[in-house]
Amino acid sequence: MAKVLMKGNEAIGEAAIRAGCKNYFAYPITPQSEVAEYLVKRLPEEGGVFLQGESEVAVGYMIFGASAAGERVMTTSSSPGISLMGEAISYIAAAQCPAVFVNIVRGGPGLGGILPSQGDYFQAVKGGGHGDYHLLVMAPDGVQEAVEMTMQAFSLAEKYRGPVMIMGDGLIGQMMEPVEFPDDLKTEPTNKDDWATNGMNSRNSKQRNLVKSLFLDPTALNDNNLALKAKYAQMKKEEVRFELYNGDTDYQVLITSYGTMSRVCRTAIDQLKEAGIEVAMLRPKTLFPFPEKAVFEAACKDSCKAVISIEMSMGQMVEDVERCVKGRRPVAFYGECGGDIPSPEKIIDIIKGLL
Amino acid sequence: MGKTFTTPKALSKTHTHYCPGCTHGIVHRLVAEAIDDLGIQGKTVGIAPVGCAVLAYNYFDCDFQEAAHGRAPAMATGIKRVRPDLMVFTYQGDGDLASIGMGEIIHAANRGEKFTTIFINNAIYGMTGGQMAPTTMGGQRATTAPAGRNTADTGMPLRMANLLGELVTPGYITRQAVLKPQQVNKAKKAIKQAFQYQMEDRCFSFVEVVSTCPTNWGMTPLDALKWAEETLLPYYELGDYKVPEEIDS
Repeated sequence: MAKVLMKGNEAIGEAAIRAGCKNYFAYPITPQSEVAEYLVKRLPEEGGVFLQGESEVAVGYMIFGASAAGERVMTTSSSPGISLMGEAISYIAAAQCPAVFVNIVRGGPGLGGILPSQGDYFQAVKGGGHGDYHLLVMAPDGVQEAVEMTMQAFSLAEKYRGPVMIMGDGLIGQMMEPVEFPDDLKTEPTNKDDWATNGMNSRNSKQRNLVKSLFLDPTALNDNNLALKAKYAQMKKEEVRFELYNGDTDYQVLITSYGTMSRVCRTAIDQLKEAGIEVAMLRPKTLFPFPEKAVFEAACKDSCKAVISIEMSMGQMVEDVERCVKGRRPVAFYGECGGDIPSPEKIIDIIKGLL
Repeated sequence: MGKTFTTPKALSKTHTHYCPGCTHGIVHRLVAEAIDDLGIQGKTVGIAPVGCAVLAYNYFDCDFQEAAHGRAPAMATGIKRVRPDLMVFTYQGDGDLASIGMGEIIHAANRGEKFTTIFINNAIYGMTGGQMAPTTMGGQRATTAPAGRNTADTGMPLRMANLLGELVTPGYITRQAVLKPQQVNKAKKAIKQAFQYQMEDRCFSFVEVVSTCPTNWGMTPLDALKWAEETLLPYYELGDYKVPEEIDS
């Protein structure tokens, strides 16, 4: 299929349709409103459902209701909106319903700003809502990967019967890049008759289904959380995705970086290489499950003297990097937030400072 | 003489956890009878609130989802939009619907979402132990209004049917009660009518039911019925607040 030039937000909307998702609920927020503006035109052409909810709080539950009724469904938002959806995300995780959430991250905390940021790493990876749950979180580094991850998100959400998040940022949402929509990433929805509240007649059953998250019996609640934990363990085995850039050299420094920030790091690594300095980058594509073993092994390479996590935040993923490196190498951090993305020159200076 | 009364098929054959004298049981039965009468058990999805009726799904024999506090109308919107062929109802109390869920109910009603809401107004929070609700009457005692609700400080009780009746969007908005047998019969008709409007894909339908909470009112069941009749009904007037226009058949 030929490539087309598309804005990230619009490409994410198209990717959902190509993946077989025909239901979208959302509330406007910069810098991702183009997803809704695109889908309000495209979904009717596909016989799909578009609804602008009255708030992100309500949208979270529209997603919950639609998912529990057995249909593929997506919403997109940006940081403050995702905070408001945090309640529903916790319920959806507890009730084990598949759903796709896209966060085109902007600066925070509070109203923050509308420029790109990675300040929602903790929210995406460590919680956001209350209780013992995780999201499967994928972080694209450009429009093409955003398309592919969005398309994969629906089958992953169904495989694990839980919420999946695409964590992009304002740059990925706003920039245009040539993209293609791989046909082989389109999947058929799984049969959900054993749990979905799609009406007993729909599944020719006399047995009703119940979607809930209340377990007053402590043993039952513990069992439900153990079931969630088992899914996260399976994700750690089967879904870890990452890229090791310039990893076959005797690199002296290992950068850990993801998303938009990793693109700048890539440029810095190429320029350092020309100057005779080898630096590698471990780029997590899944933020949860985190590439724990890969980070450890890449950091422990004999030639590697130091690790540095470079992020568009005040230091969030670096905590996971430190956890994985287990003290075997010094772990540094550099980050900027507020919307300014560190330049390659800045990163080169920082790296040289480590040597 | 044939059988004149039986347990509705849409009700589970189990005991409820509701307190003696609570009217939830009556309203559950009315909803189940409407589901039976219309033959829609196999395509009905109920949504339980947070509150005393959170366990309503244990008493109905149809698909059920459990919402977060106040969010049932948003969940119902999600279901109904993606599966318009299903019959969807929310069952909510006054803390759930009139306090934390005010935004969700107003907007669902205003969009004319084609589901049915059963709203239990007993003028108090039940499950959390008798706190003041938006529907608590002036002077009525609650654990968070021990001297009685001071309306100068907390505003006047919210009249949800009146409020939703003011929306310009077409809908079926009615207030009923279950304090006397005649009222129960009328409430049953209203609930069935609400489901019928949904079946016909006509409009949002909302049945407020003035109910009792003897436990948290600190009354015997009989005194509670009397108090509701004398205190709630003059303020929460029964009747239709909006009906959809007749369609020529």
